[in-house]
Amino acid sequence: MRRRAWWLTAVGVVLTAIMLFPVYWMVNVSLTQTSDMRKSPPNLIPVDGTLAGYTVVLRQQLPYLGTSLLIGIGTVLVTLVLAAPAGYSLAKLRPRGGGAVSLLLLVAQMIPAIVMAMGFYATYIKIGLLDSAWGLILADSTIAVPFGVLIFSAFMSRIPDELLQAARIDGAGTLRTFASIVLPVSRNAIITVSLFAFLWAWSDFLFANTLDKGGSLQPITLGIYAYIGNNNQQWNAIMATAVVASVPAAVLLVLAQRYVAAGVTSGAVKD
Amino acid sequence: MKAMTAEQSRVRSAARHRDGAAPAAPSRGRRQPRARRPRLPRGAQWAAWGFIAPVVGYLGLFYAYPLYRNIDLSVRSYTVTSFVSGNAPFAGFGNYAGIFESPTFAPALLNTAAFVFVSIALQFAIGLALAVFFHRNFRLSGLLRALFLVPWLLPLLVSASTWSWMLNSDSGIVNAFLQAFGIGQVDWLTSPTWSLVAVLIANIWIGIPFNLVIMYSGLQSIPVDIFEAASIDGAGGWQRFWRIAFPLLRPVSAITLLLGFVYTLKVFDIIWIMTKGGPATSSTTLAIWSYQLSFGSLLPDFSSAAAVGNVLIVIAVIFAFIYVRARHRLEST
Repeated sequence: MRRRAWWLTAVGVVLTAIMLFPVYWMVNVSLTQTSDMRKSPPNLIPVDGTLAGYTVVLRQQLPYLGTSLLIGIGTVLVTLVLAAPAGYSLAKLRPRGGGAVSLLLLVAQMIPAIVMAMGFYATYIKIGLLDSAWGLILADSTIAVPFGVLIFSAFMSRIPDELLQAARIDGAGTLRTFASIVLPVSRNAIITVSLFAFLWAWSDFLFANTLDKGGSLQPITLGIYAYIGNNNQQWNAIMATAVVASVPAAVLLVLAQRYVAAGVTSGAVKD
Repeated sequence: MKAMTAEQSRVRSAARHRDGAAPAAPSRGRRQPRARRPRLPRGAQWAAWGFIAPVVGYLGLFYAYPLYRNIDLSVRSYTVTSFVSGNAPFAGFGNYAGIFESPTFAPALLNTAAFVFVSIALQFAIGLALAVFFHRNFRLSGLLRALFLVPWLLPLLVSASTWSWMLNSDSGIVNAFLQAFGIGQVDWLTSPTWSLVAVLIANIWIGIPFNLVIMYSGLQSIPVDIFEAASIDGAGGWQRFWRIAFPLLRPVSAITLLLGFVYTLKVFDIIWIMTKGGPATSSTTLAIWSYQLSFGSLLPDFSSAAAVGNVLIVIAVIFAFIYVRARHRLEST
């Protein structure tokens, strides 16, 4: 039995290595000298590696990274402000027509982003939101809000009714109950929704490329895209930007995995 | 499967789909308690609506209105100037007729169908196989499973550009690897024969983690006793999977496939970065075509682009409807 388990681990490691090879390759290319880039066969490890790609990133891409951060945080705030109360309402207050709202939220997610982009473009060009960070934040939030409402309502429906009734008996109104009881116990849902809202806004390319093409504040995805278009030779710089653009995803996952896991167990205990 | 464990529903709700297609499961779970709860009094009704009103307003402003604009676009002849001046002549279904007659329509539809079905089939099969593998809970399995998520978390643009370079004809690692086996240069991104295959490879790679996560949580929810009982009765690993796990996973599989479908139908970033839909129309899907017509063109034809987009929505809705019908039949038997 023990030997077999060892064998399974070995297979697991090999499979994971195959799966992650492109990620490794991205890092490898980001460290490769420009002169070695067209070498055949390519260097499997960055022998004679260089950080030149990264210095280019630091020199040229920092403003893009800053914009992405700003847009990510903005999207998280918009998503939380809209989704948390709605999730609470759907889960615990149950308004007439709440079912229809849930259904609409599901259907909303079926609309292709390209269709949304055209709709936004047609509207933004009229009201002057084109090429602005705000316009992009609002557009990006449409990726996260329906998901956020569904997560919040799934999570909040597991809050015991006794807890809310106790608050009501103590004289707390609906708003007070929401702010001082529901929100604090929903911390894990807040973290989960924030995490995904941030990642989606950070990764968004389509909205950025259609609604913010001429903007002065452009996100990192447009930074990479401009690289790919302009200097086909500097693949180490392109891949270095890609590595840097992947960092928040990695950091957030590592930091927040604990909270997501905590959410899993707390949910399991409550039921 | 009806009594979904809390853990599973949690995992599943946390399991996002790229692009935000959130799982449908939570809403189904919530319906039961609602039925036995009495209707709210008037004041509470107002409070409940107060909390939900911002999202309803938001849905109207940021979904319904853009959608309406899109339909409006598709029945008029819009150019960039008519956006500003605001007078675009009414064209009725002319734009739709135009796209159906276009020589791009048939290849785009076929490519979309091939892209969607091959992607989903392989993502699901590989994801399920990996879920079964990781379900054996060997040493390090938790860590390795977490690492498997990485491709799914990377920005699509990052994955797409990495694959572009890996599949580069002259300097890509994939061709270097094939050359070691005596296979000549394959023009992954620049030959009409391979471009669709190339974007499929990248898209399947990105989608495997999602399928793995959901199918793994589905497997976790099957009580261990069932497997043990089957073992005692002499069922081998193969039989335990096909006779027990697979049938019990049907509801989870259905939702995974539906989400996969809705997501794959709208894939844009990967194809655009890797091939821009080309060469010619060899990797053009409906989503790519719509973009080519609008933002990807120097003389944007927003009206035809909107019409293509609306066709895409109709396809998504039809399949969602088929899915809901199938689930009803499944539940009533």
